[in-house]
Amino acid sequence: MTSSHLRWKTRAFAAYVILSNSFGNLFLAMGMHQSQEVNSVLSALAAIFNPVVALGIVLLISWLLTRMAMLSWADLTYVLPVTALGYVVSAVLGLLFLHEVITPVRWAGTVLIMLGTILVGIGDPHAEKSK
Amino acid sequence: MRSWLLLSVVVGATVTSDMLQAFEMKRQGEVQQAGTFVASIFQKKLLILSIFCMAISFFAFMSLVQIADLSFAVPASAASVVLETILANIILKERVDKRRWLGVACVAAGVYLLAL
Repeated sequence: MTSSHLRWKTRAFAAYVILSNSFGNLFLAMGMHQSQEVNSVLSALAAIFNPVVALGIVLLISWLLTRMAMLSWADLTYVLPVTALGYVVSAVLGLLFLHEVITPVRWAGTVLIMLGTILVGIGDPHAEKSK
Repeated sequence: MRSWLLLSVVVGATVTSDMLQAFEMKRQGEVQQAGTFVASIFQKKLLILSIFCMAISFFAFMSLVQIADLSFAVPASAASVVLETILANIILKERVDKRRWLGVACVAAGVYLLAL
C-alpha cells in the first residue's frame, strides 16, 4: 500500500471514528428520551429494542470495531487525540438536534477536557515502568 | 443528583473494566494470532469480568443520557481518564510524565467546569 493511500485511509477511518461515536451517542440519547425511564435491567433491555436506540448501538459497535482496526496500523498517540474531537462534536450535536442550552462555562469545560485528552494521548505509548 | 450518581457508575465501571483489561492483556503478552486470542477470551476470568463492567457502564450511560444533556454526559464521562491515569501509575506501575499529568489536570478542571 502506498503512503498516500495509507494516509487517506487513516483520515477516512479517523473521520468515521469521530462521527460514528458522536452520532451513536446522539441516537442513543434521542432514543432514550422516547423510552420509558430505565430503573431495572429489564427496562434497560426493553429500551434496546427502540429503533433509534438500536441505531445508536449499531453505530457505537461500528465505532468500537473501526477504532480497534485503526489501532492495528495507526499509533495510539494519533488515534487518542483525533478521537478526542468527539467531545466537542457531541456537544455541537446536542446543541443542534436536542436543542440543549450550552453555557460558555460548559463549552470551556468541554474544550479543556478535549485538550486534556490530547495531552494524555500524545507521547510514547510504550513508556518505561516506574520504579 | 441522580445524574452525578449515574455518572459515577459510568466512570467507576469504565475504570474497573479498563484496568482489568490492561492487567490481563499485559499478563498475557502481545497478541500474535487474533483467532487464538478470541478463542481464549472465555478462559480469562478477568477479561470476562471486564466485559461485565463494560456492560454496566453502557447501561448506566443509557440511563444518564435519558436524564442529562448529551453535551454534559459525553465530556463528563472523560473523568475516567483522570482515575485511569492515577491507577495505571499506582497499580500497573506505568510511568506518567509531566505532560500526561498536565492533561489529567486539564480533564479534571474541565469536569469541574461542567459541574458548575
